[in-house]
Amino acid sequence: MVAQLTRNERHIGLALAVFVSLLGLAMAAGGKQDLFGIHGLIVFAFGVGSAFLLISGFHLPEPSDERLTRYYDDPIKVGLILSMIWAVFGMFMGVWVAAQLAWPALNFDMAWTSFGRIRPVHTTGVIFGFGGNALIATSFHVMQRTSRARMPDQLSPWFVLIGYNLFCVLSVTGFPIGITQSKEYAEAEWYADLWLVVVWVTYLVLYLRTLARRQEPHIYVSNWYFLAFILVVAMLHIVNGLALPISLASAKSYTIYSGVQDAMVQWWYGHNTVAFFLTAGFLGMMYYYLPTRAGRPIYSYRLSIISFWGITFFYVWVGSHHLHYTALPHWVQTLGMTFSVMLLVPSWASAANALLTLNGAWHKVRTDATLRFMMVAAVFYGLSTFEGSFTAIRAVNSLSHYTDWTVAHVHAGALGWVALITFGSIYAAVPRLWKTGQMYSPRLVEVHFWLAVAGIFVYVFAMWNSGIIQGLMWRTYNENNALAYSFIESLVAMHPYYIARTFGGLLFLCGAVVGFYNLWKTIQLAPREQEVLRDQPAAVLARSSAVQPGE
Amino acid sequence: MFKTHYRLERHSIALAIAIIVVASIGGIVEIAPLFTIDETVEEAPDMRVYTPLELAGRDIYMREGCYACHSQMIRTLQDEVERYGPFSLAVESQYDYPMLWGSKRTGPDLARVGGKYSDHWHVVHLNDPREVVSESVMPAYPWLLQNRLKTEKLDLHLRTLQKLGTPYTDEMIANAVADAQGQAAPNSDQASGVAERYGEDTNIRDFDGNPDRVTEMDALVAYLQILGRLTDAAYVAQAEPQPQPVEE
Repeated sequence: MVAQLTRNERHIGLALAVFVSLLGLAMAAGGKQDLFGIHGLIVFAFGVGSAFLLISGFHLPEPSDERLTRYYDDPIKVGLILSMIWAVFGMFMGVWVAAQLAWPALNFDMAWTSFGRIRPVHTTGVIFGFGGNALIATSFHVMQRTSRARMPDQLSPWFVLIGYNLFCVLSVTGFPIGITQSKEYAEAEWYADLWLVVVWVTYLVLYLRTLARRQEPHIYVSNWYFLAFILVVAMLHIVNGLALPISLASAKSYTIYSGVQDAMVQWWYGHNTVAFFLTAGFLGMMYYYLPTRAGRPIYSYRLSIISFWGITFFYVWVGSHHLHYTALPHWVQTLGMTFSVMLLVPSWASAANALLTLNGAWHKVRTDATLRFMMVAAVFYGLSTFEGSFTAIRAVNSLSHYTDWTVAHVHAGALGWVALITFGSIYAAVPRLWKTGQMYSPRLVEVHFWLAVAGIFVYVFAMWNSGIIQGLMWRTYNENNALAYSFIESLVAMHPYYIARTFGGLLFLCGAVVGFYNLWKTIQLAPREQEVLRDQPAAVLARSSAVQPGE
Repeated sequence: MFKTHYRLERHSIALAIAIIVVASIGGIVEIAPLFTIDETVEEAPDMRVYTPLELAGRDIYMREGCYACHSQMIRTLQDEVERYGPFSLAVESQYDYPMLWGSKRTGPDLARVGGKYSDHWHVVHLNDPREVVSESVMPAYPWLLQNRLKTEKLDLHLRTLQKLGTPYTDEMIANAVADAQGQAAPNSDQASGVAERYGEDTNIRDFDGNPDRVTEMDALVAYLQILGRLTDAAYVAQAEPQPQPVEE
């Protein structure tokens, strides 16, 4: 890892690591009366760990210029492994919180394991840990391949990857001990948010620098989506995260928005995290791994243009559909509903583009579980975007909102679309990155696929049922024109579904564990470094242009 | 159109700028007017701010993630109004940094829970929910009775909220720590200042049943008891009778 860094990069990296260590030390000292101090120690440990890693390889000879004729894949490999670790962790937390709703004693009456504290650990673990690492790793893979250019340096991809994981660790360690902003899907406190901005800007600059070195005149469609993902997530994160800490030595801050404005900002953020984190980035993945795995070109270039700009434009308007019938002004609710319905057009255009790409390769879908992961992901993408537009209609929302129907919808999207496209992409990328030809066990990929699909079906059907029952019970009147059910009666009716949901989640988790085992065994099959002729940009045949000045 | 795109996708910076412009429009149109259109938030002259103790309770509510299962937003639907009370107005969360409207009701809405149950009911319920509602799946919070409430930094909390626009006076900030202690200890010298600064209607009592110390339970119950009671605006606007407190 360190051997691939130039001497100069090792110096800069060490300086950064020392700086982060000192920052952590200052946080720990300043916040020793506060939970802030604990996070200071974690930052310090990250800094010292990185410094130690760099020093241990400091004396190694510099890499030869021969490296510049190859793509830089080391951070991608680490990113994919981290992604699978986060998947197992985040999904385990999910099963645990789900089980607590069926059997509340499972929190063992401890503060740090109670539902409200570990539910954000689950959401952050899967969205940002699993999803985020997969996005960063695959985007590095895709941008280099589709641009036929190596990343411009070796240090910044490591900074992005390790820095991003520091953010994730600060998030999931904070919630159980009581550090939270309480903004849904943006619970991390001000200093973690600031750190993420630094990491994210580095990511953007790295992306643009790689694109600037490309040897393809056109920027491939995957990169449009990854660019939209990076740019808009930065915008959302900064605007939603604006907060005033009570002091620089405290973890606590207050967001600058209150009440109705805060509600709109939070759901503008919340729904566009769905749009630009959980949709745009993963569409970028799909547009590369699906056609390459199927061996077919994208069905329609024009359809990709329409769906890309449609998604980028329409999605931003729809956040207010989370606030129907609330104190949010009516006109904003109506705009949100209208755009949510229109959004179905570009969403289905993407789903159709993916499925039609498989024309001529459907026989592969039957035999290749990796491709089937991606195919089913595209189907779930179509289904859950339809459901999203449908439940955004005000009248439907009056029933579905506040119920498990929303949970069913989110998991149809998150498990069916996001996780399946990610697993498919990982299974497609890993044999190429580690030069093993195929996964250690294609049978286990098959096992993972069926565990995942079975898990989703059990989960989603359980939550659909419970959500609709719940919604109906709340609004049912008896013959005396009084509410027919007390709240607790609706909760009791949920119990069997909460058990089924836990079981569905458990199946899905088992699939992820199988996937992790398969990944681990595949890595062990990888040939030793020297024997490998790594992937090369095609232009390397000319020997000159792949090496750029200023390395 | 496709010709233009054919050129656009050859320039990364132009593409990036186009993405930013296209993705900004919706947010600007929907969010910016909420800060400028006066009707967005109703007028409520009687609206009061959270006392330091209630604010500390609100922080505990966020820390424990209560908002993950309880909403604080009664929608304008008949069944919700009948179940929970008058629908929520924007002004009622005017001083909520951040808002806690929630998105999921695993438990019931809490927007108007203030005054609905006795302090004692809340203490027993939070300590072990199944003692009062046998089918409940809510976690127990036994540590709330044990943990002393940390009040030392409450002046910093109030100062920050003042900077953000909550009408805390400098006097309130200077007395934040004493007021937090005083609100939970009605017989102490510090109690009188609370009513003076936050109004005669402020709940000044020993919330957790232990007069000797101010616990996190005191703060959380103080917060729950004020939910929906910072202003009468919703009751006045919707001409509904005030619900009577139910005493055990």
